Amino acid sequence: MPEFSHSDYLAILLSLKISLVATFISLPLGFTVAYLMTFKRFKGKVALDVLVNLPLTLPPVVIGYLLLLMLGQNGWLGKWVLQPLGIKLIFTWKAAVIATAVVGFPLMVRSIRTNMEMIDRRLIQVSRTLGASRFDGIFTIIIPLSLRGIIAGSILMFARGLGEFGATIIVAGNIPGVTQTIPLAIYEYVSSPKGDSLAMALCSVSIAISVIVLVFYEWFGRKMIKRK
Amino acid sequence: MELRVSAKKQLGKFHFSADFEIKGRKIGIFGPSGSGKSTLVSFIAGFRSPDNGSISLDGETLFDSSIGINIAPEHRRIGMVFQRSQLFPHLSVKNNLLYGYKRCHAIYRKIKPDEVIDVMQIGHLLKRGVSNLSGGEKQRVAIGRAILSNPRLLLMDEPLSAIDESLKLQIISYLKNTCDVFDIPYLFISHTLLEMRIMADQILSIAGGYVKGMVTAEELARGEMRNSGGYTNLLNFTGPHRVSDVYEYRWGNQDIFVANNGGPPATLFELPARNVILFKRHPGMVSTRNFLKGVVTGIFDMGTTVGVELQLGSKKLVAEVTKKAASQMDIKIGLEIFAAVKALAFKPLFRSREP
Repeated sequence: MPEFSHSDYLAILLSLKISLVATFISLPLGFTVAYLMTFKRFKGKVALDVLVNLPLTLPPVVIGYLLLLMLGQNGWLGKWVLQPLGIKLIFTWKAAVIATAVVGFPLMVRSIRTNMEMIDRRLIQVSRTLGASRFDGIFTIIIPLSLRGIIAGSILMFARGLGEFGATIIVAGNIPGVTQTIPLAIYEYVSSPKGDSLAMALCSVSIAISVIVLVFYEWFGRKMIKRK
Repeated sequence: MELRVSAKKQLGKFHFSADFEIKGRKIGIFGPSGSGKSTLVSFIAGFRSPDNGSISLDGETLFDSSIGINIAPEHRRIGMVFQRSQLFPHLSVKNNLLYGYKRCHAIYRKIKPDEVIDVMQIGHLLKRGVSNLSGGEKQRVAIGRAILSNPRLLLMDEPLSAIDESLKLQIISYLKNTCDVFDIPYLFISHTLLEMRIMADQILSIAGGYVKGMVTAEELARGEMRNSGGYTNLLNFTGPHRVSDVYEYRWGNQDIFVANNGGPPATLFELPARNVILFKRHPGMVSTRNFLKGVVTGIFDMGTTVGVELQLGSKKLVAEVTKKAASQMDIKIGLEIFAAVKALAFKPLFRSREP
């Protein structure tokens, strides 16, 4: 077993950190979008549906490039919002978080929405007749009843984030210790001579993390079914 | 309770139009499936809004399209019991029961959890999850939950239609007794004549999206008798005590004997009008246990037969006889007559609360 360098350990930690942060910041928005798509009727619903699911079908590199155009120094968001506020995102780990969040977002929304669609609308009506406001009903009825989807969606998104490569390398680059995640480190080792054994070792780490996440996902799913 | 509704709504090809005012505490809404009963209920509860019109309850405007008022369902204080229990599956029985109670303003909390749990006999279920309950238990919890939200009006939208036939009487007895004990005004929606007669004093009749009018439970029973296989008396007796193989009840100022069917004694009974035999004179010794003296107060057409309405003290009873028999007996209003009813002829429904 080859020895990992300090930057390899940082890549492992950074992968976990980026996936975790991307999952947490996506959760409120993912829940809101799933809620709107499930319970609300509004103009542009189809457009929103397409927009949310677009990252599923687009190559991640395209997403990365579009994010770069948007968040870069000459991008509309970069130039008019981020620069005046003194925020620099491109080629930082935060950009990797944004790229990971965008790519994994549809998985989270789909999972939450699938569970929300199974909630009997009458339960929400009952809660209203019992004095619960719309907001109260979201916290006491909708969130508990779609909890399985929320957690499953979060796990899926986290797992997807660990493997994110294409969009991340465009917006965050591949800077060891700063933005280099496990897939980027593997890419670098594969591209360099004598890097095969370290690439394989990082692949093993990646597989181990994925297996742990998927086993947890299965265990959680079974537990929820039992509870039901 | 005073409810005023003036509402119009176009739902695809279905046009709903209602314009009525009702005062009372036990109101029924009767009509066939698809007649617009549930649409009306959803307007009153606030789940849907009419295209135009107004709705007010006890003088408070709940909806008025002309001035843009539409009170949210949670602020209407209108409780609801649906066809299915609609219990929250992630909460225990206790937390289901208390969901509305906790959200009810302290000044309205007149009905307490312990009282409802006692009347509904659900104390032993409190810690259980709702998925482990039987259909009847679920509906009892749902009724308790709605009552504990201390509503000023309870809407019951066909609360018995999804329950097994064998449990319907049990649940309706809980419904009736609970509403009587806590004196909650209600709108009871059903397409079943018996349920309507048990639950409602005044009935709003709906058909094809239009409100046909207001009738009493008795008028509805007579109007529907051709569809329901003849007229059936619904009799509420008091204080049973066992005498040998029969139960003796009081009905107004008369004693009534009802056969012991082995179960706990009921107080509400059905008696088909065709099981009442009329005599002009007392026939002497007969096997019939109930021989009641009364006066004919009404005669009404029942198609091939006639209904004879008798006044027995303070109570009324209807007998169904053939037109020929009525003619031969020369039955007319004011005639003194004897009605004979076998102790076995009564169909027990349930034990209702003493009036």
